[in-house]
Amino acid sequence: MNRLVVPAGLGLLVFAMLIALGVGTVSLPLDAVWAALLGEGDAQSIAIVRTLRAPRVLLAACVGAALSISGGALQGTLRNPLAEPYLLGVSGGAAVGAVIAFAFGSASPLVVTLAAFGGAAAATGIVALLARVATGRAEPRVLLMAGVVVGAFANAVILVALADAPPDRIRGALWWMMGSTTDATWGTVTRTTIALLVFGGVLIYRARDLDLLALGEEPAAALGADVDRAARRTFLVASWLAAATVAAVGLVGFVGLIVPNLARALGAQSHRAMLLVGGVYGALLLVAADVCARAIRAPVELPLGAVTALVGVPFFLARLRRVA
Amino acid sequence: MTALTLHFDKVVAAYTPTGTPAVQGVTVHAAPGAITAVVGPNGSGKSTLVRLLLRRLALREGTITVGAQALSQLDARAFARAVAVVPQREEVQMPLPVREFVALGRHVHRGAFTPLSAHDADVVNESIALAEMPHLADRRTDALSGGEWQRVRIARALAQEAPVLVLDEPTTFLDIAHEMAVFELLDRLAASGRTVLLVSHQLNLVARFAQHIVLLHAGRVAASGSAADVMRGDVLERVYDWPLVVTRDPAVGAPALLPLRGGSRRRDAALPPNTTP
Repeated sequence: MNRLVVPAGLGLLVFAMLIALGVGTVSLPLDAVWAALLGEGDAQSIAIVRTLRAPRVLLAACVGAALSISGGALQGTLRNPLAEPYLLGVSGGAAVGAVIAFAFGSASPLVVTLAAFGGAAAATGIVALLARVATGRAEPRVLLMAGVVVGAFANAVILVALADAPPDRIRGALWWMMGSTTDATWGTVTRTTIALLVFGGVLIYRARDLDLLALGEEPAAALGADVDRAARRTFLVASWLAAATVAAVGLVGFVGLIVPNLARALGAQSHRAMLLVGGVYGALLLVAADVCARAIRAPVELPLGAVTALVGVPFFLARLRRVA
Repeated sequence: MTALTLHFDKVVAAYTPTGTPAVQGVTVHAAPGAITAVVGPNGSGKSTLVRLLLRRLALREGTITVGAQALSQLDARAFARAVAVVPQREEVQMPLPVREFVALGRHVHRGAFTPLSAHDADVVNESIALAEMPHLADRRTDALSGGEWQRVRIARALAQEAPVLVLDEPTTFLDIAHEMAVFELLDRLAASGRTVLLVSHQLNLVARFAQHIVLLHAGRVAASGSAADVMRGDVLERVYDWPLVVTRDPAVGAPALLPLRGGSRRRDAALPPNTTP
């Protein structure tokens, strides 16, 4: 891997974040953004940058990094480059938690956040348990099947819960399922950062397990991996990491699927390199997507989950030759 | 390198809790300084022994010991430092350069963040050289032929520097020269004091290279001992269910098996006669 990949990504990320702080209803040039960050200039700019936009930009970066790390870890564990963080019941579980909170009329963001995280954690727990009961082992095939089944069940629960909900609640639930950083507060940023550091840290610390698990159960065991424990741990921690992002911003597709593949295309061979490179570029992708979501049809804000694909697909296609 | 014995004692294991055991009371003793071969027809339980060793299947009865320790008392890393296994099948999922792939064998000697040391790099290079692949060290694993892939996997096991080496049909897909080279390599490794346990279908080569042969049939030991004890026409004909003769290898005098034409397996013979012209 070229040693400039990570520094270049970090440089681009910082640049994208500064741009993102300036873009919006009130447009600010770079020097004004910088001054506001340092607490200089007019009070209005400082308030816009520090209170409104900074949490949002940081949250986008955190969520992008978290989804990419989670996706990369799951792709290694499940030995499938098409695996993504929502595959194993995370999205369904989180959505059930959040929609139930909406359906019972809770407007408190903290309640919705906790309900979403609880739903996702419960769903992944059920998936892990199902796989364990079925085979006694953490086999990718069984985990995948259990995840898909639990996800389908969750979707059914959502439809039932929303069947007789008033239109405004349906709209709220739908908006949440499309993903948005609009409601970012310093509280959400703090919670998501902690999740990223703890869960992402565990995955990066145990990344060599992923190098072995990616070879298959028997080769991994032959090379010293405690296969079942390592697979279960990765699966749960990666899912909790994704659950924390779902709780913060709703569902943002594409990032967790594509960024790990992009990291491989950029030359990351070990899973540790893949997670680190993916973390940096995932953050970059989501910050850029968030700017686009605000800017493309301002003042209308586009769903973040759609914009990640709109921004990411051309970039990915340009690298497809390397990925394949 | 310390010498370790690998011992399967009257092991019984099944793939389903109520199913017929795939191995029923099999005992295999692999001693340091020798090649011990496990042979037998498809489905006789050879690979089940390897799966038990890798703990991908639970023992129902019996014990497996590595040196003085029961397998159940070794954690995954301690096991991989004592025993290097080349499993039967492995697919390239996420391609790596050969050198990186072989370096995975060093995983078990490194901490979570310890970089590859100069010693690790030396061991990796030696292992690649022993497997006769130095010209392919920078090639990606998805660009290897079937035979090269087998040899890379053997190199990775050598990089583990374990006193016990277990190989499940390592010469599948290899041409004659590379197959012989693998057997010669195993012979040298055994001569240097390692314990080599080999699962193989190559009865004639096994008869020439292995000091001890265990013949499995339907999950049980049909014969065990030297090549002369196991390579007997009546025993092999019954186990393989095919007419054959055991002759002498003209060059080295080892027992050599020659399957005859015109045989038919009993279950095929029970099929209705072929009515097409």
